[in-house]
Amino acid sequence: MSKSEGLYNSGVLPPEMYEQHEPPKELWESKKNGLVIVECPQRIPCNPCHTGCPTGAIMEFADINDIPKVDYSKCTGCAMCVAKCPGLACFVADLTYGGDEEALLKLPYEMLPLPNEGEEVECLNREGKVVSKGKVLKIVEPWKDKTKVVHVAVPKSLVMEIRAIRVVRSR
Amino acid sequence: MKNTEVLVIGGGPAGLSAAAEAASYGAKVMIVDSDLRLGGQLIKQTHKFFGSAFERAGTRGFVISDMLLDELKGYGDRVETYSNCTALGYYKDDGVVNCMEGEENYFKVLPKKILVATGAQERLIPFPNNDLPGVYGAGAVQTLMNVYGVVPGKRVLMVGAGNIGLIVSYQLLQAGVEVAAIVEAMPRIGGYWVHAAKVRRLGVPILLEHSIKEALGKDVVEGAIIQQISPGCGFIGEEIHVDCDVICMAVGLNPTCELLWQAGCEMKYVPQLCGHVAIRDRSMRTTNPNVWVAGDAAGIEEASSAMVEGRIAGLSMAHELGYVEDKEYREKSALYWERLNALRNGEASAKIREGIAQVLMESSGGMER
Repeated sequence: MSKSEGLYNSGVLPPEMYEQHEPPKELWESKKNGLVIVECPQRIPCNPCHTGCPTGAIMEFADINDIPKVDYSKCTGCAMCVAKCPGLACFVADLTYGGDEEALLKLPYEMLPLPNEGEEVECLNREGKVVSKGKVLKIVEPWKDKTKVVHVAVPKSLVMEIRAIRVVRSR
Repeated sequence: MKNTEVLVIGGGPAGLSAAAEAASYGAKVMIVDSDLRLGGQLIKQTHKFFGSAFERAGTRGFVISDMLLDELKGYGDRVETYSNCTALGYYKDDGVVNCMEGEENYFKVLPKKILVATGAQERLIPFPNNDLPGVYGAGAVQTLMNVYGVVPGKRVLMVGAGNIGLIVSYQLLQAGVEVAAIVEAMPRIGGYWVHAAKVRRLGVPILLEHSIKEALGKDVVEGAIIQQISPGCGFIGEEIHVDCDVICMAVGLNPTCELLWQAGCEMKYVPQLCGHVAIRDRSMRTTNPNVWVAGDAAGIEEASSAMVEGRIAGLSMAHELGYVEDKEYREKSALYWERLNALRNGEASAKIREGIAQVLMESSGGMER
């Protein structure tokens, strides 16, 4: 098994698959509030990302097993899908947030403890390795169903690496 | 002797859905469930479900259980429920089902139609010390954590990366329990890729082509030995010591089918459905014309399709009892089948499709015993 196969077969998106999941560059760089990245590469029967999308950006499924397709011209970066997706596979990246250095990620969060706004947290990549620190800007609960969306400022170079946060507090 | 039109054995997603469907047309339904409360596996499912809006996708499992129970409440006296009540046996000669409520109260039921929605039993694989306290089935871990609020230990080795192993690992992390690793004998995860991604990004390694070799400890689990496996060659490579106090087994399920055997249903061993299952027609009716089957008891699948199968069985039983017009029956049945086929159309369901093809009779209506 190649390294990339080993990653994919255990639930990690390998780097060569990043590009096909990225929003179109030009629009992404200028879109205030960010655009969605849907990391859902397997055909499974599931469509709440579409039914929960208020703008129709996540397009209707011909077959419920289809892989989600995004019409980026309609995506407002609202992150309703981030909180709706049962697989926690939607993420929003706002490249307009912090100049050349920083970007804003909107990540799903269902763990305890909840971070505080303004708190520094660890940022984890798809394998759970700490790749940077990030600052929590905001926490929202769009569907009031216990799945939170955490807005976190991260190094811009890591928007395609960071997919989770961890709250670290000394006891 | 109690009488009922429909006896539903097993109050999980399939049974509750069938009961609701049959009662919605006016059938008198009795549900018996061996657990302390109804809901089956749904009450332990804290994650959001997949599927479509029809199967309440995006809703957490235990909430779906509450929704089904609310629906049943709406049918008032038509639905009678017994929890902590086990169906012990089916007497083929007179069609009587013997039940035990608690440990003392035995009673007989004479139903006109029976749905066997008894779910599944967990498998265990053999390895030295697999009887040590601390070796749990994944279902037990879920019951402890999600029903009773008790964590099973501090650090868990998960065996099996199917949906149950992946979901329970995530739930353990949510409860603040460490997951040392997930070992999976196959070269890829068996569950949904997105479920694996959720635990990977929180730092849980998934070791493919690895399995447990031995549990360590004298009186309780104190660790485990895992090792790489090679297809057909058994264990290879170096033994790896894992520090853990819980070994959680999520290596698959078998359909619970004893009552179906007793009822004389024609059974078939279908590996893709994980064991012996009843031959059935498209209404989920078995070869015993008074017995239907749905959910995991009809073949291991998942809760969304179990709920649709339950609806199909409930509709069919109500139709047989004369509560549903033929036209309505045909239309609604076609609608449910459309949903069921949609749920089974993904790449993760290839095995299910192969399995179902082996047990589905094309004829409608039960065959003679």
